[in-house]
Amino acid sequence: MTISAAPLPRAAEPPAAEAPAKGNRFSSWMIFLVVGIYFLLPLAATFYWSLRAEKGKLGFEAYRRLFSDTGFLPAFSESIVNAVAAITLSLLIIVPTAYWVRLRMPKLRPVVEFITLLPFVIPAVVLVFGIIRLYGRPPLLLTATYDSSRVLLVCVYAALSFPYMFRSVDNGLRAMDVRSLTEAALSLGANWVTILRDVIFPNLRVAVLSGALLTFAIVIGEFTIALFMAQHTLGPYMANLTRSKVYEPSAMAIVAFAITWAAMGMIAYISRERKHR
Amino acid sequence: MRPPRLHLGNWFGVLPFFVFSSLFLIGPTLILAYRSFEGLEGGLTLDNYRQLASPGVISAYGMSIRISLTTAILGGLFGFLLAWAVSLGRLPGPLRSTTTTFSGVASNFAGVPLAAAFIFTLGRVGVVTRLVESFGFDPYESGFSLYSFTGLSLVYLFFQIPLMVLVMLPALDGLKRDWREAAENLGATPGQYWRHVALPVLMPSILGTMILLFGNSFGAHATAYALTGGMFNLATLLIGQQISGDVLHNPGLGYAVAMGMVIIMALSILIYSILQRRSERWLG
Amino acid sequence: MSGGFLSLEGVRKEFGGVFVVDAFNLEVAQGEFVSFLGPSGCGKTTTLRMVAGFEQPTSGTIRLAGKDVTFTKPNDRNIGMVFQSYALFPNMTVGRNVGFGLKVRGRPKAEIDARVKEMLDLVQMPQLETRYPYQLSGGQQQRVALARALAIRPQVLLLDEPLSALDAKIRVELRGEIQRIQRDLQITTVYVTHDQEEALSISDRIVVMSAGRMEQVGKPFEIYNFPATTFVASFVGTLNQLRCQVVDPVGGRLAHDGQEFRTATPVEAPDGSTVVAMLRPEELHFGQVDGENQMVGEVVSVTFLGALVRIQLSVGPARLTLDALNERRLTLPKVGDRQTVSFPPHAVWVMPAA
Repeated sequence: MTISAAPLPRAAEPPAAEAPAKGNRFSSWMIFLVVGIYFLLPLAATFYWSLRAEKGKLGFEAYRRLFSDTGFLPAFSESIVNAVAAITLSLLIIVPTAYWVRLRMPKLRPVVEFITLLPFVIPAVVLVFGIIRLYGRPPLLLTATYDSSRVLLVCVYAALSFPYMFRSVDNGLRAMDVRSLTEAALSLGANWVTILRDVIFPNLRVAVLSGALLTFAIVIGEFTIALFMAQHTLGPYMANLTRSKVYEPSAMAIVAFAITWAAMGMIAYISRERKHR
Repeated sequence: MRPPRLHLGNWFGVLPFFVFSSLFLIGPTLILAYRSFEGLEGGLTLDNYRQLASPGVISAYGMSIRISLTTAILGGLFGFLLAWAVSLGRLPGPLRSTTTTFSGVASNFAGVPLAAAFIFTLGRVGVVTRLVESFGFDPYESGFSLYSFTGLSLVYLFFQIPLMVLVMLPALDGLKRDWREAAENLGATPGQYWRHVALPVLMPSILGTMILLFGNSFGAHATAYALTGGMFNLATLLIGQQISGDVLHNPGLGYAVAMGMVIIMALSILIYSILQRRSERWLG
Repeated sequence: MSGGFLSLEGVRKEFGGVFVVDAFNLEVAQGEFVSFLGPSGCGKTTTLRMVAGFEQPTSGTIRLAGKDVTFTKPNDRNIGMVFQSYALFPNMTVGRNVGFGLKVRGRPKAEIDARVKEMLDLVQMPQLETRYPYQLSGGQQQRVALARALAIRPQVLLLDEPLSALDAKIRVELRGEIQRIQRDLQITTVYVTHDQEEALSISDRIVVMSAGRMEQVGKPFEIYNFPATTFVASFVGTLNQLRCQVVDPVGGRLAHDGQEFRTATPVEAPDGSTVVAMLRPEELHFGQVDGENQMVGEVVSVTFLGALVRIQLSVGPARLTLDALNERRLTLPKVGDRQTVSFPPHAVWVMPAA
């Protein structure tokens, strides 16, 4: 798993610079092109490959075969369900925790932040190692059935989403100055339910969505943990595809890229929209 | 709102978080730690850690470190240059937001799709391989292989460079325009400004992120697995093999290998945090 | 070489179809302290930045000691600049910051060290040489910035609202420091500010600007007491404005709300026309004073400002502000009182009605 979006939840808007910065424009373009080629080449090659399923012509046959493959839809839907479950679970835990830490127990903050950083310290392969050894034997035997393993998997995914979810929600709470809002609401006579429902959650929409989309992107493609827990999600499915078929994997890679791009684009879009308010 | 009504009641709000983390993050790690001190006959020992020096483990760790160092340095360099190009380098504005979004995507693209994409590009019958062959030069004959140190590093850069870009962009924004103007006003050339002011100020961020990159590469499993089928001499793949079966012929050693990795990752995150704090003091 | 040490001739700056600076002409003598004064957006900072070289004029020439520097790069102009945000290099100690300009000029270490000490003594911060900027207060940082700008022995010193970010007390203190140093070194200085008290107290001359144009150039006393335009009159200091009829142009008699008063000089406007009479609050006195104009009005507000007492009266449709020096024996008038005030004829000047 990568720490890709470490800075994403606090995406900073560049300050308005009236005078353009100095800097050799030529070298900027050179750098951009060289690095750009490095990134575009694999994507272009994969896309090209995905169009060559039918001999002699360019078409979307590979995609057709992919979507009609018996294993694809089940694996895809299973991943989506896992993702949604993990997101829900994560939100249910993180939002109250972030709120509590900010408002009632600020001294706990370093501890909580440290724990949310653990997924960066424990690589996925080590974590699943520990999970299997901990829960794969009596008395905590939870890996016996496919479904119980799946529940375990979703829980692990939720834990892995903590860094992004917490950072995102925490930033959201800070931006909306939750303490002042809560105090204002209390002084006006609101009760806790009203406060959570009408004051806190509406203002957290962007933060929650960002965290959710990030978690979605991570869970959808996750491979290592699903593999070792013998789950039939998109990750292992894609790996099998690479070994068994020739053209479908390339279509798969393009589809995966498109989905990730859609998720990231949505995050950028909703974050930008927020700033204009 | 300051003094809690019921002291115990406050813990109630954060209890789910601690319980959950213990069950699914701390617990698994602790069990590995505990077992890593278990000797073959039961009882506590440091033997497993001593055996980390055995050739099989050393070569796997060594390869992981080589790849991580290489991709940290190269990823850091190119990531920094790209971040500079789209922020201070006078490129058109939309290029920056495209780069940011793409970086977010690319750094999440790691794993099976990334490996597949590179196989299609530079694999034995990959598009680029064939293209190069058509010019009369066979890369695989000359020793290049996607499934080697070079190939793996090349693939890893695909998510290392974007990570560097994502962290460096806000840092570069933190370079105050006033500093450059003050330096110019005092007679410095752009080169002198970068050498004496900008780079020193950015250095904690650059170094810190490179260390982050190191850790990121060190712990990567999915991409390497998908690329090599799990049959490559890498620390994470070794752990993976150990999960499936006791390839080290000593379960305790397997746990030690895993804990060794955790220690290295923890160190890298720690150094990164320290450097990040220093950088925030100057750029924040 | 024409006129001044620093001269701006016909300098204009266009930005997006708008002239942010228009027709700026100024000759600054060697050793003179000139302020650019005006509200935000009036173009004063842009003009300063053109002198520094960070902006290029759309047209016009900037000359320094006779040399045309309009298009010279900022790092070649040998001009020292102090920024509003101090702009101290965070990665360097105070000593290295101050010595930076000399270092990039390749001066020997011994010379740099000596000069740094000299400059820190000048700004009275000798003990801070090894500190880092983040360890200093705002006032201290600004002194270091000043030392840094002066270390390179610039021909001109430019200051861009250097005191805006500081507390009121520090501001006054540093203001005095800057003035002292400028006098000691006899260095040509251009100072940008929106604070008129600042400009009035330290400048040899002030350029009042509005919307990119120069409204008036002159000594502080002139700007304050003989403003050339309504803008200058109202921007600098508090101003009383009375719309009145000209009763007798030659005799200088005007009427407001039925009350008559005289000016010291004839009024250049036709009999019966409407003009605006202007008057500073401190020239008004309580009660009747022989030989002076008198007006009666109703007290609307009484504000005790410490050294000053500020009374506002309504006289017909207009408001008159009167500033009196505080005295312990004063009995302040009450709101609603009818109060007579006096002012000498020479205190009034007349401008055409807008």
